[in-house]
Amino acid sequence: MTAVAPPRNLPESETLLLAKTDFQAFLDQLWQGGYRVIGPTIAQQAIVYDEVRRVEDLPRGWTDEQRGGQYRLKRRDDDAWFGFVVGPHSPKRYFFPPQVAVAQADRTANGWQFSEVPDQEPPYALLGVRACELGAIAVQDRTFINEQYVDPIYRRRRERALIVAVNCTQAASTCFCTSMKTGPRCTKGFDLALTELPDSFTVEVGSDRGEEVLSTLPTIMATPSMLRQAENVRQQAVDQITKRLDTKDIRDLLLGSLEHPRWDEVATRCLSCTNCTMVCPTCFCSSVKEVSDLTGDHVQREREWDTCFNWDFSYMNGGIVRNQIRSRYRQWLTHKLASWIDQFGVSGCVGCGRCITWCPVAIDLTEEVAAIRENPA
Amino acid sequence: MSVPASSAIAENPWLGQSVEIDAITPELPGVATYHLRFRDAELNSRYRFRPGQFNMLYLPGVGEIAISLSAANDISGTWDHTIRVAGNVTRTLAGLGVGGKLALRGPYGTSWPLDECAGADIILVAGGIGLAPLRPAIHAALAQRKRFGPTTLLYGARSPDMLLYRRDYEAWTDRGLNMSATVDRFQPGWSGDVGVVPLLVDRLRPLKPANSVMFLCGPEVMMRYTVRSALERGLRKDQIWVSLERNMQCAVGLCGHCQLGPAFVCKDGPVFRYDRIEPFLNVEGL
Repeated sequence: MTAVAPPRNLPESETLLLAKTDFQAFLDQLWQGGYRVIGPTIAQQAIVYDEVRRVEDLPRGWTDEQRGGQYRLKRRDDDAWFGFVVGPHSPKRYFFPPQVAVAQADRTANGWQFSEVPDQEPPYALLGVRACELGAIAVQDRTFINEQYVDPIYRRRRERALIVAVNCTQAASTCFCTSMKTGPRCTKGFDLALTELPDSFTVEVGSDRGEEVLSTLPTIMATPSMLRQAENVRQQAVDQITKRLDTKDIRDLLLGSLEHPRWDEVATRCLSCTNCTMVCPTCFCSSVKEVSDLTGDHVQREREWDTCFNWDFSYMNGGIVRNQIRSRYRQWLTHKLASWIDQFGVSGCVGCGRCITWCPVAIDLTEEVAAIRENPA
Repeated sequence: MSVPASSAIAENPWLGQSVEIDAITPELPGVATYHLRFRDAELNSRYRFRPGQFNMLYLPGVGEIAISLSAANDISGTWDHTIRVAGNVTRTLAGLGVGGKLALRGPYGTSWPLDECAGADIILVAGGIGLAPLRPAIHAALAQRKRFGPTTLLYGARSPDMLLYRRDYEAWTDRGLNMSATVDRFQPGWSGDVGVVPLLVDRLRPLKPANSVMFLCGPEVMMRYTVRSALERGLRKDQIWVSLERNMQCAVGLCGHCQLGPAFVCKDGPVFRYDRIEPFLNVEGL
């Protein structure tokens, strides 16, 4: 995959230590280096990705409490900077923006002129990316940079981005990354990976680009005791994960259960509200709208996130293919967990649990799969 | 990414090429064939497509639609698209007239597998405007008569005045096409069959099922019953190809709209071998 820097597997003995007191210098250096630093911030009572210029912008001392249909911010006992799990946003919104112009047309004396819309975004430094999110980026790489076609906006943003991952030190009740083999430990797909300790971060270097941004900062080699401490806090996250998704033969299970009565049952609960697809870090469906200026002489083609839960998503002149919620939920779940494997060679699910948390009626895909597995059609 | 030299697919998949309506052939009420020419003459001369593929036609401010190529017009040097007025884009297009300008990107998708079918008897089955995506396959099969066994077109329309491309039939049969047509509703002057298309498959004589391939395009319900008839006549599922239609916005597998089970109809189709798509095609609302 062209977008990903060659992985570097440094021995753990080369893990570095960056003091929290030097973290502002780290942020400053990223901004001065031309990066737009995006990281966790608090807005509208949730931890969301936005610009981070000062360490004070981070949700220091806050955590999130998540379960099916519920998300709450809570004060922590300590002032950990990354002491939470994942919010409704994911890096997806930066590489595959919710709304972006993909092409434009201008009326001239000689007919329409068609052109690209130059993407002006500076390179991103994504800070605080979790292991499941690294997994989601790798999943989306296969969608947007495939053998046949490439999405130019995605590729440009992806290739220029610096990814500063943060290892989870806790898990939510909705997390199941261990089932999807994406986490909680960040093992690849990052330029730098941090583990938060009370006064410092251990830093693993994953690429030359990562090494370069680190080179001017006052880091020291992490001591064996620091490494042990980091391993212990990472293990906390592993130990807290309770949710499981049995992925054994899941592709054949689901595609062999297209007429399972469970689809009718879940359709009585599902509101087709689209929340699960909006928070999903891998969902990639979109629609293109025509946006004209007042004269009608300049037209932008704006791509927006769309979702298989919208009733008109499958509209054809012959009618709507998926005109029932049963059909739409089945499309979402079978695509995510089964046909995604045919299409891209990986599951579309990374186990982040967002679709469970943000479902207003707390539908849990792991329970839906279990119900189908229990009574195969 | 490598882009074939003969296509109008830009590095940016959203970027079309400017084309002009060179001529319009009215076909049926609400249906016309638009003969399109790239405004870039060099591109027009090197553009190529395979029978069964489609283009995305774009009208700024209105929208973009997937339309199968219905012919390469060698004499006028145009690329033909037969379009029925069905929505905003087709309605606006119908109002443009000769000289109207739009953008085209393509060709996209899979094609009728003529190259794999040398020596086979070819049975083409079309319903209504479904004849349009099959027309380039008819042209290709007739242009290489000796490569294939007997080539037969079975065609169904609602009524005799809804038969598409009537002006072509004489030339096609003169060049060796066996053709039968059927209509749902009789009109005075019609001496052909009345009934649905699968009946033509039931009655097809002679038929050597082991040596035949079937290319099928029409409404899904028509294709389902036609396949049933073909299987009863002894064809195997892997001898049948179908062309499908779904909502498409990008045509390059990025927007997600056209999915049918694991298939992206835009790039894994629109032409599918029946045995490969059957498990999904026959699931209601998939």
